Amino acid sequence: MGSDRTIEQIPYEDVNADVVRTMTETGRLYYIFLFLSMAGVVVLWGLPWAYQIYTGQGVTGLQTPAFWGIYLANFIFWIGISHSGTLLSAILFITQTPWRRSIYRSAEAMTFFSVMTASIFVFVHMGRPWNFYWTVPYPNQRGLWLNFMSPLMFDVFAISTYATSSMIFLYFGSIPDLAAVRDRVKGWRKEVYTILSLGWRGTDAEWHWLTKAYPFFAVFIIPLAVSVHSIVSWDFALSKVPGLSKTIFAPYFVVGAIYSGSAGIVTLMIFLRRGLKIEKYITKTHFDKLGMLLVVMSLIWSYINVVEVFTGWYADTSFETESLRYRMFTPPFSYMYWLMIFTNTVMPLFLIFRKVRRSMAPALIISLGINVGMWIERYLIIATSLPRKFHPYMWNDYIPSLVEVSITLGSFCFFTMMFLMFVKLWPSVSIYEVKEDIGIPFRRKKGHH
Amino acid sequence: MSSIFKRIKDKLADYRRPGYYKEFDYHWAIVVDIDRCNGCEACVVACYAENNIPVVGKKGCDDARIFNWIRIEKYIEGEYPDVRVKFIPIMCQQCDRAPCEIGCPVYATYHNQDGLNVQVYNRCVGTFTCATYCPYDVRRFNWFTYKPDKPLDEQLNPDVTVREMGVMEKCTFCIQRIRYAKDAAKDEERRVRDGEIKPACVQSCPTGALTFGDLKDQNSEVSRLARSRRRYRVFEELNADPSVIYLKRVMGNGKRSHD
Repeated sequence: MGSDRTIEQIPYEDVNADVVRTMTETGRLYYIFLFLSMAGVVVLWGLPWAYQIYTGQGVTGLQTPAFWGIYLANFIFWIGISHSGTLLSAILFITQTPWRRSIYRSAEAMTFFSVMTASIFVFVHMGRPWNFYWTVPYPNQRGLWLNFMSPLMFDVFAISTYATSSMIFLYFGSIPDLAAVRDRVKGWRKEVYTILSLGWRGTDAEWHWLTKAYPFFAVFIIPLAVSVHSIVSWDFALSKVPGLSKTIFAPYFVVGAIYSGSAGIVTLMIFLRRGLKIEKYITKTHFDKLGMLLVVMSLIWSYINVVEVFTGWYADTSFETESLRYRMFTPPFSYMYWLMIFTNTVMPLFLIFRKVRRSMAPALIISLGINVGMWIERYLIIATSLPRKFHPYMWNDYIPSLVEVSITLGSFCFFTMMFLMFVKLWPSVSIYEVKEDIGIPFRRKKGHH
Repeated sequence: MSSIFKRIKDKLADYRRPGYYKEFDYHWAIVVDIDRCNGCEACVVACYAENNIPVVGKKGCDDARIFNWIRIEKYIEGEYPDVRVKFIPIMCQQCDRAPCEIGCPVYATYHNQDGLNVQVYNRCVGTFTCATYCPYDVRRFNWFTYKPDKPLDEQLNPDVTVREMGVMEKCTFCIQRIRYAKDAAKDEERRVRDGEIKPACVQSCPTGALTFGDLKDQNSEVSRLARSRRRYRVFEELNADPSVIYLKRVMGNGKRSHD
């Protein structure tokens, strides 16, 4: 350890106490935010969705050429956010990057909750959501089977696999910490964590198997993360529609996902360290490293964006030219497009300066800007391609309705609610890996925490 | 070893074949002679009546949720007084390599043995993928459950399903009439004769711009028209292999009647 350490010397005793404190001591502000987000889920998401199911998809702004709208934009956005956890946890784990340790737990939680949010949007966007189980392959009395040629079918498998794996990855890495919490709490918490920690005692054999299995999960989940977003991009790229049918979409979506996910992590960590008062564990060094990552991802993302526009323009087919013109130079989409270029290509360049990377206010503004920009990117892909399909006679502008906007806002409330519940029910900083970062040489020989 | 490769190759070739069929029973097609179309929209009205298509009113049309399974696209060229209007009727093209069919996760749309692209309403879960992938924008979605006003519900066609909220629908080439003719032919142990089936649009066209028939039969009227030098198909370059064949309009300069 030694030189690459990111956390100051903290006694082991304090690490346990601090993490348990984040779970047991709750301020009034927490309850206010939790109440607000729960109310948001009910009012902004639940009620409009119930209204939509009861009345029909007609309450949305969707119409004949633009059958896909803001719901699918949200779906891709949340799947994109989910890539943060995998990247930070799995890739940084196998590259043995030390600064991963105090942030990976909450990043993985973020992955899981955003996959959840995304998969709910699949049902929100369906015309008959009560028949959702028809898309699941199992021997059934209906005598029906599924179309395995459909990109949406790929989606069902990719997302359910990814959600399951990320949940197991999150749970598996938390077992020693759940045991540590179990040993320090009383009452109902004691019983819950006794069950959750699966009888972990911290023996040498248990640590041995944990450290053996963890890299396996890490290696397993990386190709999965890449495949998930490639497959999500194929929902569009396997069509014939100008503006959607692009070969570069798979890498573009993966890069965009990692980019928005990392920006999401920065935003979340800023709130987390303030809210839980764990500035000792999530230090400015973390933001320094994450800032570097954001600059690199921003450059790759901008490069692919340039390639996409350039090849489309160079091909000079009338369909492609029209879809580019509509996206880049027709208000209101042109405002959104150039705002996206500003927040995602220009603003992150300031992170080149060390001072910007290490101060919280600019980091918050830039990371929020990136997320706004990435949301706009997904929205533009859908909202500017479908209304300009092949038949000019059928062209129509898509404007989202109030129900759609409300459900979009509700999804952010849902994510906030899930995360707020998570930080109180789960050790959101990894106790044992932080201790590794603090580094006491004899721990490895003795073999207990 | 090479036989395994051959089997894989054959299997993959099967996937490229329309609907995985080695051969169709019939290959229904419509030939649209644009030279004869005068844009009267009788076909549209007939289609509404035959297929129980809901009427959505002014608001529905403003929201671009009109249900016309067949539409007459109007393209206006030039300024007054040199104005030319071109009409082109567009209905579901019943593509043999249909982009919509690969999109549907639950097989609500598939290729049947007559070369038709069929929509099974009961199987549809409403993912919109087929409509998004369709290059011809012919698919229509039931945004609400549309109920006809009384007493208009009495005039619904009993041969056609009334669709509920949340399912996709589109032109079927009046499959109920095709089924009826095929059943009648089967009872008499013969094939369907040319001209025996007329979809509502074909039946109602006053100028005879639309012709329906079997492309597999080399002597049928559609096969004869499809060999015309004016033949083209819409967006042929997209390789969807549509079954609707158009005959180009031959336009003069407007000074004299073209010969």
